Amino acid sequence: MTETAGGTFSRRRLLLGGAAVAGGATLAGALTGCAAAGPTAPEAAPEAPYGDDVVAFRGRHQAGVTTPPPAHTWFVALDLRDGVDRSGLTRLMTLWTDDIERLTGGRAPLADQERELAAVPASLTVTVGVGPDLFGRTGLDALRPASLAQLPAFDAIDRLEQRWSGGDLLLQIGADDVVTVSHATRVLTRDARSFAEVRWVQRGFGRARGSVPDGTTARNLLGQVDGSANPVGDAREQAVWSAEGWLAGGTMLVLRRIRFDRDHWEQIGRADRELVIGRRLDDGAPITGGAEKDAVDLSAVDENGLEVVPSFAHVRQARARDASELMLRRGYSYDDSPAPDGTDDAGLLFAAYVADIERQFLPVQRRLADNDLLNRWTIPVGSAVFAILPGIGDGQILGHQLLDA
Amino acid sequence: MTTRTLLRAAVAAVAALALAACGSSGSGSTTSSAPAGPVTASDPWVKTAETGMTAAFMKLTNTTGKDIVLVKAATPAAGMVELHEMAMKDGQMVMQPKEGGIPIKAGASAMLEPGGDHIMLMDIPKPIAAGETVALTLTFDDGTTLSVDAVAKDFDGGNESYEPSPSMSMSGM
Repeated sequence: MTETAGGTFSRRRLLLGGAAVAGGATLAGALTGCAAAGPTAPEAAPEAPYGDDVVAFRGRHQAGVTTPPPAHTWFVALDLRDGVDRSGLTRLMTLWTDDIERLTGGRAPLADQERELAAVPASLTVTVGVGPDLFGRTGLDALRPASLAQLPAFDAIDRLEQRWSGGDLLLQIGADDVVTVSHATRVLTRDARSFAEVRWVQRGFGRARGSVPDGTTARNLLGQVDGSANPVGDAREQAVWSAEGWLAGGTMLVLRRIRFDRDHWEQIGRADRELVIGRRLDDGAPITGGAEKDAVDLSAVDENGLEVVPSFAHVRQARARDASELMLRRGYSYDDSPAPDGTDDAGLLFAAYVADIERQFLPVQRRLADNDLLNRWTIPVGSAVFAILPGIGDGQILGHQLLDA
Repeated sequence: MTTRTLLRAAVAAVAALALAACGSSGSGSTTSSAPAGPVTASDPWVKTAETGMTAAFMKLTNTTGKDIVLVKAATPAAGMVELHEMAMKDGQMVMQPKEGGIPIKAGASAMLEPGGDHIMLMDIPKPIAAGETVALTLTFDDGTTLSVDAVAKDFDGGNESYEPSPSMSMSGM
């Protein structure tokens, strides 16, 4: 691979050099643009536009929450081994902190036998969280945030499977290059082996970076523009980051694995599919008019005095009633192997970040569970919650706010 | 928060952070007794072990204009410490004490890594667990010493004598 890249570079250098020296009318004419740019022209054309991008690891908050969503994100849950206490957890965090610092900077972690795989950070972020049961298991019971608990059962919609639910520790590993994600996952789970075993891995994806302009709202596998109403600016910061105790600067993640019943979804017409959501399929704009980022006019009525956005529409139920219900959503598609009976297994890894699950997430989730017609085609099969650790400064290890509390 | 930057610049910045970090966290790369001794160590780590023996690895860089030899290493984590090399004997890679120590050429680096030269820790009095820090003291032939904190990592390379030989890894490609 190195030889190929080097060869390409050499050939181009040769071509440009020849053009500059020869000055022949035809050749020079064809290459005017390049020749005019001078001998630095070959370096000016980026061959890997995103591979070298680095997202800062250290800071007030962990990266991977309000940083731009990358093309790939894997969620890895682990369960602590019996007997791993606060000091064991501290040693794990010591190893992970060093690994993550190196990986996100494009450098190989200590003892990495595949060090070349670390050379392309591609905006790698690794975000570490702890689940509700971790606190009791490590003697930190008194430090569990009050609203950090597995969600109550939503019997009308939930078809939860243990293999996609729960977990003591979370690694959220995202990058624009899935090879980078795979390698980081390998390094971090290997270094966790003495302390924890992997409970589940959920692999999510969006559009490849460069396929659509950066910042384009994602489209889920039902074809819907998904995430248009996310809070921005100060509202987002307020919604996401906790100010409570050791969690200050951290957040809470609700991760729901939602399988899509695409066979039945595809049976309804396009107009009905837009009514179910309350947004147009082509550009994600509200069916009441405007552009994608405009608010849906829930009070709009048609010529017969009927609500344009039906009571069962997803946007009507999902919209925050006030600022206290805002949440940041980062959804990723998944598409796994079909079941033996041929039922496909594709859907959404729904990730919501809130400062407080009880106050911000649960009221919306209850409304959706009770009234959202979209539930007919979307089945929650996994559910997990984690406290996302606060960010760290130089010389600090992840989780020190909790472990030293 | 995303910064487009040349990898080299990013690496330099992060490396500087890592260096600044390790003194207090014990998780990082280098701790030296003097800020700028003749030899510096980077990326030190030690293989975890329950009992018996294990090994420490790192990169040693000679910042001076003359050759220096690592002649001795010591640590409270082991009853006995030797400097080892891997060598081919009767068609098999085996490890053996390195005669005269581990040389570090002027202005160059020596890699202590699995399958190559390493610091052998024997008769360890207690298990070395993942994430712990092992303090090493290195002595060079110019009489200087260097203190190094090496973090313990689980390493699946297993028994040193099973490390692939250079000829094997070449043919494997």
